[in-house]
Amino acid sequence: MTEIPINDAMIRLEHVSKTFPGSGTPAVGDLSLEVPEGEILVLVGPSGCGKTTTLKMINRIIEPSSGVIWVAGVNAIETQPHELRRQIGYVIQQTGLFPHRTIAQNIGTVPRLLGWDRPRIAARVEELIDLVGLDADMANRYPGELSGGQQQRVGVARALAADPPVLLMDEPFGAVDPIVRMRLQAELLDLQARVRKTIVFVTHDIDEAIQLGDRVAILNVGGVLEQIGSPEDILREPANDFVAEFLGTDRGLKRLSLIKIHTVDLDPGPVVVPGTSPQEARSVAARYDVDWVGVGTPGTLAGWLYLTEVEHLGQVPEHDLRPFISRLTTSATLKEALDAIVSTRAKVAAVFDGDRYLGMLTAERISAEITQ
Amino acid sequence: MEFLSEVVHFFADGANWVGNAGILNRTLEHVGLSAFSMAVASLIAIPPALFLGHTGRGGFFAVSIVNIGRAVPSFAIVALALPVSIKLGLGLGFWPTFLALVALALPPMFTNTYTGVREVDRDTVEAGLGMGMTGWEVLSGIELPLASPVMLAAVRVAAVQVVATATLGALVAWGGLGRYIIDGFSQGDNVEVFVGGVLVALLAVVTQLFLGWVERRAVPAGLRKANAAREGNVEAAVQVA
Repeated sequence: MTEIPINDAMIRLEHVSKTFPGSGTPAVGDLSLEVPEGEILVLVGPSGCGKTTTLKMINRIIEPSSGVIWVAGVNAIETQPHELRRQIGYVIQQTGLFPHRTIAQNIGTVPRLLGWDRPRIAARVEELIDLVGLDADMANRYPGELSGGQQQRVGVARALAADPPVLLMDEPFGAVDPIVRMRLQAELLDLQARVRKTIVFVTHDIDEAIQLGDRVAILNVGGVLEQIGSPEDILREPANDFVAEFLGTDRGLKRLSLIKIHTVDLDPGPVVVPGTSPQEARSVAARYDVDWVGVGTPGTLAGWLYLTEVEHLGQVPEHDLRPFISRLTTSATLKEALDAIVSTRAKVAAVFDGDRYLGMLTAERISAEITQ
Repeated sequence: MEFLSEVVHFFADGANWVGNAGILNRTLEHVGLSAFSMAVASLIAIPPALFLGHTGRGGFFAVSIVNIGRAVPSFAIVALALPVSIKLGLGLGFWPTFLALVALALPPMFTNTYTGVREVDRDTVEAGLGMGMTGWEVLSGIELPLASPVMLAAVRVAAVQVVATATLGALVAWGGLGRYIIDGFSQGDNVEVFVGGVLVALLAVVTQLFLGWVERRAVPAGLRKANAAREGNVEAAVQVA
């Protein structure tokens, strides 16, 4: 157990390879990568790319054929496997919960292995049940009595029980339905903001990788690392055709899903106060090249109407306006803004902070954001 | 009708219950030898089967060897045990019967223990290892409890077979309830044969019921509930996340 030399990476793989017995080609060949403390690194790639093999070499469920792996400053290869694994949280797809043990006993597995006393385990279990958002009265139920989403939360709680610095997650949300998966993904990010673990997360779903990863490592068959970087960087500049193809044809949209509205400048939009004359309204609309105007006082936006309607009425009215159906907040993404734009006749996304009107986004504005 | 009344008369006669050849003693002999044979067979079959199931090595070979025993009829096992026992200087009576019963009980317990451990969900075992359990902790804490329903079922099946087959011990000059049947035959006493048959059948049924009860009690609660959920009682299992 030597100290890790001049490097603060929580996990480090150095020239790691794995060739399974009876196989001529390596499942993973000469892979090196680092995961800094507190980062979520997502390993993603097609089946056969060695992402799960790579993950399982970190806790030595699979023994590497060659190379060195450092975990929290300790040479994993030279550590007793069970000692190593008690320092590493492990979450797998089918949850791997022990069906004959209660939820509380499942969560308390590693603390019990570490020899904690009963009151300490009980307190920790209670804390974790709350942390992952389960009801306290589930403690004495059995895994078979829980839904898939609940079981997966127990799996996460169990992995966090002894407060390990590192968490390995092997397609943890692969077996739950899309709605529950989205919720679990959001919960994981929420949880991570509080517990700050170093997480290696395996998935075959590029959207999941983009959503969860601080960095994403895209692997090709044989454990070849094609590209590693932040989701933004990878989407903006795929390293090669393989990566570009793996990212899919909606790369631009995926980038939009990463950009929050509060990070871009909003446009005040063609908005006039009630009582404005048709001529005035027409000139404001002309500046935006639209055939309508929004109606509101500074900081408010009541609705909109066509210029022809303004002319018919003789001035901009205060009431009987067309509403902006989708009211976005600044925490929404540009992808959601684009969806609002293409779904309304006004072809803009109006952004609000509570009742306060902040400004608008147009398709041109959004396009400029990812082509700049 | 006269036959049945003779049977009833046999049971009603207190003299038939006591003494060396009485029903009580014969039943005790029968149960004692069956239990002892089961205990020894369990000790021989279960530990290696657990180990092989846990490591996954050589198990198929072992199961194949053990299962050869299953093809041999009970009667033949007793017949085969006799010369072995005599050769070993153990003589007639208790030992050949004991050897036969152990040989009879081994295959189901070995096979089911091995299969039960092998069939524990690999994800569950991997999760245990991933949590940092040692091999022993995985075996004792996960594989053994999860395999227990299959193992206990085999113990029950083997025990019923052993109780039934212990009857044949009387052929090699041992006691037990088989005496009534064998002696009854040789004396042409149909009532005694019938009484022996009834007692053996009764003991087998009691064994079946008792071990069935033990089985239900011993299966871990979580598995019982999971099975109940699988079998249609799904109210607890369908709560949305």
